[in-house]
Amino acid sequence: MMRERFVDTTTALLGDDPRTALVLADISAAAFEPAARRHPDRVLNVGIREQLMVGVAGGLALTGLRPIVHTYAPFLVERAYEQLKLDLDHQGVTAVLVSVGASYDRAAAGRTHLSPADVSLVDSLHGWTVHVPGHPDEVPTLLRGAVAADASAYLRLSTQHNARPYGGDGTLRVLRDAGPGAPLLVAVGPVLDAALAAVADLGVTVAYTHRPRPFDTAGLRALADTEVILVEPYLAGTSARVVSAALADRPHRLLALGVGREELRRYGSAEDHTRWHGLDAVGLRRSVDEFLASAPASAGR
Amino acid sequence: MTTITANAVRSAGTSPPGEPTTPPLPGPVAPLYERVRAGREFGPNVRSTVDVLWVLYDRILRVTPETVDDPGRDRFLLSKGHAVAGYYAVLAARGFVPADWLDDQGGPDSRLGDHPDRLLVPGVEIGSGSLGHGLGLGVGTALGLRAQGLLTPRVFVLLGDAELDEGSNHEAIAYAGAAGLANLTAIVIDNGSATHGWPGGAGARFTVNGWTATTVDGHDHDALHTALTGQDNHRPHVVVAVVDQGAQ
Repeated sequence: MMRERFVDTTTALLGDDPRTALVLADISAAAFEPAARRHPDRVLNVGIREQLMVGVAGGLALTGLRPIVHTYAPFLVERAYEQLKLDLDHQGVTAVLVSVGASYDRAAAGRTHLSPADVSLVDSLHGWTVHVPGHPDEVPTLLRGAVAADASAYLRLSTQHNARPYGGDGTLRVLRDAGPGAPLLVAVGPVLDAALAAVADLGVTVAYTHRPRPFDTAGLRALADTEVILVEPYLAGTSARVVSAALADRPHRLLALGVGREELRRYGSAEDHTRWHGLDAVGLRRSVDEFLASAPASAGR
Repeated sequence: MTTITANAVRSAGTSPPGEPTTPPLPGPVAPLYERVRAGREFGPNVRSTVDVLWVLYDRILRVTPETVDDPGRDRFLLSKGHAVAGYYAVLAARGFVPADWLDDQGGPDSRLGDHPDRLLVPGVEIGSGSLGHGLGLGVGTALGLRAQGLLTPRVFVLLGDAELDEGSNHEAIAYAGAAGLANLTAIVIDNGSATHGWPGGAGARFTVNGWTATTVDGHDHDALHTALTGQDNHRPHVVVAVVDQGAQ
């Protein structure tokens, strides 16, 4: 589980680096109990107070500490958005945000615990790195790198994951090469396995990243021909503007898949929501087929 | 509520005859404040903070233009970011910013906005303007100092009584009390501007959470000094500075 890897890595970082601090709002507080006993001045649970949680992180950073801030995605990013904008960015200080819950990990909890828009909101800020690990084993390296860096970072943890981890620095990693001119599918984080299955028998190049921001636009330009398919585990189209800007000087078509904006008002499981948003292998295949079939004749496919 | 009288400002200078409820500005600040004002009319909320700011910078805060980056300095966080004219005047009076910065305040080439920006103004600890952010940042600053063993510096956060409407303050007040943040002092400038008021007084919102509280005449420099240094060093402290309600 990604959350356990986060807890273990953060606990180790608190011991290794006296500059590191952790700010909680009750979520995961029990898991951090051993760390809190060891570092009572740097493991700070403010209670169910998300505005304060981010404000405290800003204050800690103003004194030179490196805060890690953690709770459910909607409370961390949506509820405390103005604190991210003002208590971190506007003060010229940075923090590492680590969320759980993702778009619909706790589907049965309903709308209050769904956060498909988190990456889009963070993307409205400047200079943030966004990591969306696709496997628990990707978490420790990404977290350590984010804490060691100077910039603000958002790590989006999920119970959804691929069968195996992929290392690397977040530049696009080609997992299936369909050769020159083939459509390019870019999968972000835990949607990779479904994307690979969806296009298994198609001439589609598949590339993976766990770092949608900054998006590897150089890799995109090297791999893309005229057709690009984005598959993201959060709001559909979140990275469309980045891809469009990167390919602005060449004719191309873009299919941006992800979680829909509509509130479904349904419970069920994460797997159910994946299917309802068309992000399972069958749904992705349907969308990819329609997209490729609608290509202008001159594209030759 | 404390009654404001001309006597309340005896330490600040001579009251102009005929205006007993409008105390004069502290001597070193007055010409600089007028320079920022440049003939503009500011609301009473701007004028009402100047005495507290002057007492802090003149008599209490251990920070100078030379120590604005010293980890051991006292921190003053202006949460009520619109109270900026007096703040800039006091910073100029103490040498943090050149006096000629005060001209053209808010202009296209000015570093001094209608709300302060810590990245643009030396000595400014936080950028503020959106109400309800300073106390949370102050709590974090106090925690950060404590975590690094910096037990001498004190964190002062200045708010307004209407600013207390913002719920984020109450997150900070409750937690600071529970955490026993002894190096934190909040200052509430109370000019009675909160739309729905604070029955029982603003200080009660803090004391119920374990803070010590003192309510004083916000223009009485000696009383302010006593209150602003009246913390017991075991708990966070709040000073409610009552100023002329609605007056200049």
